[in-house]
Amino acid sequence: MQAIYILWLRELKRYFRSRARIIGSLAQPLLFLVSLGFGLGPVFQRAGQGNYFQFLGPGVVSMSILFTAVFAGIQIIWDRQFGFLKETLVAPVSRLSIMLGKTLGGATIATIQGIIVFILAVIVGFRPNLTLLPLTLVFMILISIFFTAVGITIASTLEDMQGFQLIMNFLVQPLFFLSGALFPINNLPKVFSYIISFDPLTYGVDGIRGSLTGITHFGLTTDLIVLGVLTAMIVTIGSYLFSKIQL
Amino acid sequence: MDNAIIVKNLTKTFKNFTAVNDISFTVKPGEIFAFLGPNGAGKTTTIKMLTTLLAPTKGTITLNGFDALTQKHDARNSFGIVFQDPSLDDDLTAFENMQFHAMLYKVPNPNAKIKELLEFVELWDRKDHLVKTFSGGMKRRLEIARGLIHHPKIFFLDEPTSGLDPQTRNHIWSYVKNLAKKEGITIFFTTHYMEEAQNTADIIAIMDHGKIIETGTLKELLDKTKTDTLEKAFLTFTGSEIREEEASGLQHLRQMRQMRGR
Repeated sequence: MQAIYILWLRELKRYFRSRARIIGSLAQPLLFLVSLGFGLGPVFQRAGQGNYFQFLGPGVVSMSILFTAVFAGIQIIWDRQFGFLKETLVAPVSRLSIMLGKTLGGATIATIQGIIVFILAVIVGFRPNLTLLPLTLVFMILISIFFTAVGITIASTLEDMQGFQLIMNFLVQPLFFLSGALFPINNLPKVFSYIISFDPLTYGVDGIRGSLTGITHFGLTTDLIVLGVLTAMIVTIGSYLFSKIQL
Repeated sequence: MDNAIIVKNLTKTFKNFTAVNDISFTVKPGEIFAFLGPNGAGKTTTIKMLTTLLAPTKGTITLNGFDALTQKHDARNSFGIVFQDPSLDDDLTAFENMQFHAMLYKVPNPNAKIKELLEFVELWDRKDHLVKTFSGGMKRRLEIARGLIHHPKIFFLDEPTSGLDPQTRNHIWSYVKNLAKKEGITIFFTTHYMEEAQNTADIIAIMDHGKIIETGTLKELLDKTKTDTLEKAFLTFTGSEIREEEASGLQHLRQMRQMRGR
């Protein structure tokens, strides 16, 4: 327990100390909100889909969580390269505790980041219904844990940062663009909608959007079950791969 | 009393290359043991196995009476280590790095111990500074202090003085000798500075091509080679040709980091 706590605390301290990282990671969601929100809004309206800003807000919140979480998990590669991982791995602490501490630390950061973006969205013009806000938070926490664990799982199998760009381009970006964060996922071409239903973030976006605006594709219960099962699975796989790390 | 470190038939094979080839040795409690060898001899691989970071292909390791392969937690509790490369969190302060370690090792009421150790390595006045502002020597001293928080019986130092100025090196060795004498901690270290081993070690082992080729006191090694310094004896044992070592991914990355000026 103590080990999990100190690993979690370390992630938080590092996060709050790197103001550049916080501000930098807010720029992208804000840009999406403003440019797409105002830019595509009129088209969206004319297509009879309602207010695009209301639609986009949850998508951008999910995006910021996705990026922050995967990045937090992947940071293990840095710890490995710059030696700090060794310090943790020679300690009399189970690999599972280390993995859990890191996951919870990264997930906390991602959730905080998601909340900041949520507030930013509200400031810019997003008007959510707050009655189901606790459920929104549950979805945010779930995808935070899920994607931090994804990052750690990937990092456990990589030796250095060479593969990092590959992951960003071939995993994280597709996860975002194919999640329905930016567009409604009903009435899509069959193959495309099939692919989208395989993207875990789709269920996160749907859950957050459903709980904030009432628009949901799969239903909140389905979203919750799918994400819950996937999170349990990836944490298990990640713990296993992490325990196999040798330096 | 039992030996602090017992290594039997230790072997590590990577794909088609044997880095450590069937080595055996023992280190007595309170002894200062120097582990020398040219680059690529297998020293770091050996230390990684001794410190449970790397699983051996064959052989057994006993640390402070605990089997390092099956009683990992007890074995890990028994030693402290200063790695060859820095292993501090640059974005935390010196004190926070110490605290992190103390929490990981579940040291009860660690603050007094942390203060004592930071004073010991003369860093108490810098305790609240971020580690990234520290010089190489200060980082090393901090790592030494950190490795001692949990009262280890064995202290591994992998090239603790590489890249440091003579003043800092002298300081570090005086701390280390002090520790061995005052607290009876067993010291196991590697270095490329022969005079450091000559001045500090009780027992010297020389490793080359994955094998331990000589072990003994300074006098024994000098007598055997009929030389007057350890450096000459070392060169007699290992030859004077330069060893090529392949650059690892890590070294490559470190070069990139330097280029970026971090």
